[in-house]
Amino acid sequence: MKEIVIKTDRLSKRFGDFIAVNEISFEVQKGEIFGFLGANGAGKTTAMRMLCGLSIPSSGTAEIAGFEVYKQAEQIKRNIGYMSQKFSLYEDLTVSENISFFAGIYGLTNREIKEKGEALVEQLGLEKETKKLVGSLPLGWKQKLSFSVAVLHEPKIVFLDEPTGGVDPVTRRQFWDLIYEASAKGITIFVTTHYMDEAEYCDRISIMVDGRIAALDSPSKLKTQFKAGTMDEVFYQLARGAKRGD
Amino acid sequence: MKQFVNFVRKEFFHVMRDRKTLLILFGMPVAQILIFGFALTNEVKNSKLIVFDQAKDPASQELIAKIEASRYFEVERSVMNEQQMEAVFRQGEIKMAIVFPAGFNSGLLHEHHAQVQVIADASDPNTANMLSNYLSAIVMDYQSTRSKSLVLPYRIVPEVRMLYNPQLKGAPNFVPGVMALVLMLVCVMMTAISIVKEKETGTMEVLLVSPFKPILVIISKTVPYLILSLVNVASILLLSVFVLELPVNGSVLLLFGESVLFIITCLTVGIFISVKTDSQQVAMLISLMGMLLPTVLFSGFMFPIENMPYPLQLFSNVVPAKWFYIIVKSIMIKGLGFEAIWKETLILAGITVVLLVISLKSFKIRLS
Amino acid sequence: MESLYAIELRKITKTYGKEKQVAVDEVSFHVNKGELFGLIGPDGAGKTSIFRILTTLLLAEQGEAWVEGFEVRHEYREIRKIAGYMPGKFSLYPDLTVAENLNFFATVFDTTVAENYELIKDIYIQIEPFKDRRAGKLSGGMKQKLALCCALIHRPRVLFLDEPTTGVDPVSRKEFWEMLKKLKMQGITIIVSTPYMDEASLCDRIALIQYGKILSVDTAENMVKNYPEQLYAVKSNQMYLLLKSLRKYPEVLDCYAFGEYAHVAFKNAFEAAPLEAYLRKEGLSEIEMKAVEASIEDCFIKLLKS
Repeated sequence: MKEIVIKTDRLSKRFGDFIAVNEISFEVQKGEIFGFLGANGAGKTTAMRMLCGLSIPSSGTAEIAGFEVYKQAEQIKRNIGYMSQKFSLYEDLTVSENISFFAGIYGLTNREIKEKGEALVEQLGLEKETKKLVGSLPLGWKQKLSFSVAVLHEPKIVFLDEPTGGVDPVTRRQFWDLIYEASAKGITIFVTTHYMDEAEYCDRISIMVDGRIAALDSPSKLKTQFKAGTMDEVFYQLARGAKRGD
Repeated sequence: MKQFVNFVRKEFFHVMRDRKTLLILFGMPVAQILIFGFALTNEVKNSKLIVFDQAKDPASQELIAKIEASRYFEVERSVMNEQQMEAVFRQGEIKMAIVFPAGFNSGLLHEHHAQVQVIADASDPNTANMLSNYLSAIVMDYQSTRSKSLVLPYRIVPEVRMLYNPQLKGAPNFVPGVMALVLMLVCVMMTAISIVKEKETGTMEVLLVSPFKPILVIISKTVPYLILSLVNVASILLLSVFVLELPVNGSVLLLFGESVLFIITCLTVGIFISVKTDSQQVAMLISLMGMLLPTVLFSGFMFPIENMPYPLQLFSNVVPAKWFYIIVKSIMIKGLGFEAIWKETLILAGITVVLLVISLKSFKIRLS
Repeated sequence: MESLYAIELRKITKTYGKEKQVAVDEVSFHVNKGELFGLIGPDGAGKTSIFRILTTLLLAEQGEAWVEGFEVRHEYREIRKIAGYMPGKFSLYPDLTVAENLNFFATVFDTTVAENYELIKDIYIQIEPFKDRRAGKLSGGMKQKLALCCALIHRPRVLFLDEPTTGVDPVSRKEFWEMLKKLKMQGITIIVSTPYMDEASLCDRIALIQYGKILSVDTAENMVKNYPEQLYAVKSNQMYLLLKSLRKYPEVLDCYAFGEYAHVAFKNAFEAAPLEAYLRKEGLSEIEMKAVEASIEDCFIKLLKS
C-alpha cells in the first residue's frame, strides 16, 4: 500500500451561484506524476488554489500531506512547493540571491542553503551564471531554475502550473527530466499543462470539464477507454462538450 | 473628423465607467474647497484674550473696548500681575495677552509714543502669528484714528493684507490654489495614466498599426479631461461664491479663458509624462512628485515665495502653477482685467508652447 | 506598386538595450500572397520583434522589409492602412462592450461594421449573443474571437497574428485554426506565430525560429521529408528509466521523450533484438518498437541541437 499524499473528498468551491469546482474526489500517491488537465475555465486554477491552501473550499474536504486544507493551511505551505509560468523568480535579483531568498523563506539554515544551492547550481550547469540577474537568462533556464528552487526545501508535493508554456522543445524535455528525477526522489508532482504530449509523461491524469473531473486514469487506459489514438483526441472528445469557458 | 468624434466618445465611456475615478474627479474639488474653507480655515474668531492693564487710563480703556468690539477677540478676563498671567497661560486655554504699561495715555499724548506688549502662546506658531497680526492691526487702526500724524514704520506690513482682504478672510488665497491643484491632478495625472493604460493593455499597438494618426490618438485622449477640468473649475467657483461667500470680482469669462490656457499646459505635461513612461505606477509617481509637489511648494499658495532662498525663487518662475495662481488671484479677488495680467498670461503661454514642442518632439509613431 | 510577395524580409536585425542583446539576427524570408504562413518558435525566439517590425511598430537596425510592396520604414502609413494586427496580449478595451469595441476599431480604420460584415460574420455570430457584455468579462476564447473580428474589420490585405493560441486550450485552438482556414479562402495573406509545433502542419509554409535566427523555411511536409535519420519510437512501462537506459546504449545517437514514446535515432542500422534484450536487462517491460516518420517537433529539436 503506497502512501497517499493528496486526498480530496467532494471538494467544491462556489462563487455565488457559480460552481467553479463541483465535488471533485481523487487521490494521488507519493512520488506520482499527476497531470491536472482541463479546458480554460474548467476550474483547474480554483482547484489548485484550494489544494495549496490559498483558497477556502465551500464544502468537501481535502488532505494534503496529511493536513486538512482549510484548517492547517500553514503546515501545508511548509510541505509544498509551487511554481507557475507567470510567477517564478525575481527578475531583478541574481541567481544566487533568488536561491537564498526562497530557501530562506522556507526556513532552511544558512548551511543548508549553501550546500543545496551549490548542488542545484551544479546540477543545472549554472556555475558561471550565479551572479547574473535572473532576468537576463533565457526563458528555458529560468523555468528550470524556478523548478529547482521550488523543490529545494524537499517538499512532499510540488504544484506546477503550466511550467513549460512557451518553452522550446529541447528545454521542455530537459525540464521533464528534472520532474522525473524529483519524482524518483519521492516528491509528488501535480502539474497542469496545455501540451498534450506532456500529458503522456504523467503517471495518471485527470481531465476537468465544467468543474467536475470527467476522466481520471493513466494515459494508456484513457486512450483505450475513449478509443483514441492520442491524448489530444481524448481531451478533445471530453472538452468539446464543455458548456462554459473561463 | 468622424473618427475623432468617435474616439472622444470612447474616451468618455472609459471615464464614465470608471466609477471610482469619476467620484475622485468630481469629489476632489468639492472636498478640497470644503476642507480648506472650513476645517483648515486660517481665520480665527472670538479668540480669548487676557488683558493686563497697568495704565487704566482713557486710552487703554478705549483700545480694550475696540478690541472687544472686533469679531476676532473676546476679552476673557483681566489679570492684576504677571504671575497671574503666567498661570492663565499655563492652563493653555488662552493663547493671547495684551499688556498696557502704566502711563499709556500720557505717553501717547505727550511723547507721541507708547508701547503695548502682545504676548502669544507660540506653541502653535501659525495661530500665534495670525492673532498677533490681527491684534496689531487693531492697535494700529486705533492709533491712526486717534492721530493722523502718527506714522509708524511697520504700518505697511498689515496694510497689504487688509487691502484686498478687508475681512482678513483666509479663503481668497486658497481658492485659486485649489484650482491650480485640481487642474494639475486631473490634467497631468489622469491624462498620463489613461494614455499609459493603453500601452499596458496592448491597445496602443493596435491603434498605432491603424491608419488613424498617432498624434490624434493622443489629442483625442485629452479632450475628456479638458471638459472635466472646466466642469471642475465651474464647481469650484460655484462653491466659493455660494458656500464660502467669496464672489468673483473680475470677469468670469476671462477666468475661464485663463483656465483653458492652464489646462492645456497641464495636458501637455501629461502627454509628455505618458510618452516617457510605460507603466501606470511610474506615470502616477512622476505626476505626483514631479508636478503636484512643485505646485504646492512653488505656486505661492501655501508658502510665500518671497521668503524662499533666491535659487528657489528663480526656480518658481518655471512652475506654471505660480503664474496661474497669480492670474486667478488677480481676476477673482482684485477684480483686475486682462491689461493687468497680460504679462503673466504671456509667460504661461510661453511655458505651454515650450512644453508642447518638447512633448510633440518626444512623441513617437512607433513603439520605442 | 505591385510586388511579388505579400511580405519580404532581407537580413533584418534588431537589438535591444545597451548591451545590444540580439533579438532578431539577419532574418530573411518571404511570404507569398494568399499564403497562411507560420512563424514557429519558443518564447523569446524573436517572433514578436519580427511582427512589430513588419507592422511598423519597431524599426530594425539593419536590413529591409516590405509588406505588400511597401517599405516598412518609409511607407509605414500605407502599411497601416492594409495590415490587420492582433498582438500577443489581450488588446481590447475591457470596459467597453463587445459591440463598442468593434465599432470603435471600425471607425479607427475609417470603415463601418456593416461594410465588411461578410468577412467577420462567421466569427461574429458566435459572440453576438454577448454583444452588450463588457470585453473584460468574456471568456478567453471569446476575447480571442472578438480580437480577431477587430483585426479584420477593415478587410486587411495582410493579417498579422502574434501568438493567437498561446495559453488557449486545445479545443479553442482547433476552432481558431478552422477560422483561419476560412479567412485564407477569402484571399487574405495570414502570418501567424505560435510556440506550438503541432500547429505547423496547419500552415502552408513555416519558418522555424530560435535565438533570433531562422533555422529553416519550408513546407511542413518537406521539412519532415528531409529529416536526415530514420526515427524509431520506443515504448515501455517506465518512461524515465527507458530514457536513461537508451542514453547509455552505445548505438543510440539521440533520444528524447515524445508523448508516450521515446524517439530514438541510431548511429548505424537499427537492430531490434539486441536493443530489446538490453532494455529487458535494465528492468523494463511491455517494450514496443516501431519506425516512425519525424514530426516538425523532431525537426526543431534536430535543428536546435545541431
